[in-house]
Amino acid sequence: MNLVSIHWHTFLQALGRLFRPTNLLTALVIGVTLSLPAGLYAVIDNLRQFAGVESESQITLFLQGSASQADAAELAQRLRQTKGVEKAEFVPKDAALKELVKSAGIEDLAATLERNPLPDAFIVHPRSDDPAELEALRAELQQLPKVDAAQLDSAWAKRFYALLQVGRHGVLILAALLAVALLAIVGNTIRLQILTLRDEIEVSTLIGATDAFIRRPFLYAGALQGLLGGLVAWLVVAASLLLLNSAVADLASQYGTEVRLHLPGPADALALLGGAALLGWIGAYIAVGRHLRHPGRLG
Amino acid sequence: MISFDGVSKSYRGGHQALRDLSFEIAKGEMAVITGHTGAGKSTLLNLIAAIERPTSGSVVVNGQNVSKLRRSAIPYLRRNLGLIFQDHKLLYDRTVFDNVALPLQISGFPHAEAAKRVRAALDKVGLLEREKARPVTLSGGEQQRVCIARAIVNRPAILLADEPTGNLDPDYANGIIEMFRAFHQVGVTVVIATHDEHLINRLPARVLTLQQGEMRP
Repeated sequence: MNLVSIHWHTFLQALGRLFRPTNLLTALVIGVTLSLPAGLYAVIDNLRQFAGVESESQITLFLQGSASQADAAELAQRLRQTKGVEKAEFVPKDAALKELVKSAGIEDLAATLERNPLPDAFIVHPRSDDPAELEALRAELQQLPKVDAAQLDSAWAKRFYALLQVGRHGVLILAALLAVALLAIVGNTIRLQILTLRDEIEVSTLIGATDAFIRRPFLYAGALQGLLGGLVAWLVVAASLLLLNSAVADLASQYGTEVRLHLPGPADALALLGGAALLGWIGAYIAVGRHLRHPGRLG
Repeated sequence: MISFDGVSKSYRGGHQALRDLSFEIAKGEMAVITGHTGAGKSTLLNLIAAIERPTSGSVVVNGQNVSKLRRSAIPYLRRNLGLIFQDHKLLYDRTVFDNVALPLQISGFPHAEAAKRVRAALDKVGLLEREKARPVTLSGGEQQRVCIARAIVNRPAILLADEPTGNLDPDYANGIIEMFRAFHQVGVTVVIATHDEHLINRLPARVLTLQQGEMRP
């Protein structure tokens, strides 16, 4: 047997053992444990998106009412050359009005307007995040021709963002704590599996099995258990968001907006599954390692 | 093939199993270690297979100093040894065939080749037609023969047997004695620990007698 077929064989064997009641129960426990930080993460992710807050600061430049398209083009050129500006997006006043009407649900009010009250604007993304440098840049941009006002993004957004950061760190701490619990859970089930397979391990060791050979099936079992647990956690989060969605949409419609909770993206889902599998693997490694240090005897 | 030089083994709590033991077993030789229960027979076999380590002295097997072997090298030593246990140590959740195939599986043998070898080994111990049976359905003597088949499937240079006829009635025991003769004849080094007089008398073996952990001259 070559190494690939040995691994494939071991994987199938571990997969077969996974669907025993005790192992499924463990996967469920892992899943529920993981769904706590995963769910909180999803909530924070959603909050961030509602607020439309990006992590970086922005400076909004409002142009004077008299500014023409040519003025705007010239300004765009100067912004590109300004040190400290990463990029600048032009927001024409028509587009801005449309966006406002749509997001605030004020079609009726908009219809009564004789002319567009909004100015053209640039949204400037600065290179730096440092408050002093941002303020200096804002002052510099204020001096540019045809600029009516330069506004650093509002303080509340920053505060909200900081609050979300606190929440994120909280989730990280919680996740780290629960990861330790998960190691213990997986380690314990693997220990039980080791006990039921004690004879096999003893005999295999006596006839020349390496530690890697003994360890391999348990590592697969641990990783698969973690993976299944991660899958359960993801399903729990998805189901919860789905259940909440109609209620949230209802609430949002009272305010005349449309809001949908969304699931964390595929990268986040993969991170959850991969992390859970890795933790299962580590838990199994520790459990088998403890067992291997107490070899059997002949006669 | 096997040489002990000033080997002592004592356990925690002060019990001394072996005292200053020195002897050699040549390649292809058959040796019987005998002595009363607790004389140190099993300990001696354990030292050869690196299941235990001597407290002092050196054990050299096939040119390797087993007493100083790294833990990671031990599996490769054991693959050159055939171990036969008094309690058989078979796995009861798999067939006779799978039990005998285990050493080949462990050393990563190609599948088809392994099946041939397993059948050859089962043929040698006369259990070819029982390959699909579970060990529980076999008699004690048959289980011992499965254990022997598993020990020889790797074609080891050294065969170590601990009380191989321990609980067997004479007919079965005679069959097993014949097998050991046959292995000896094809050049395998055979070391048997036993206190079974019947076995000792019927084997063309050098007899080493242990008494309270010391070799009796």
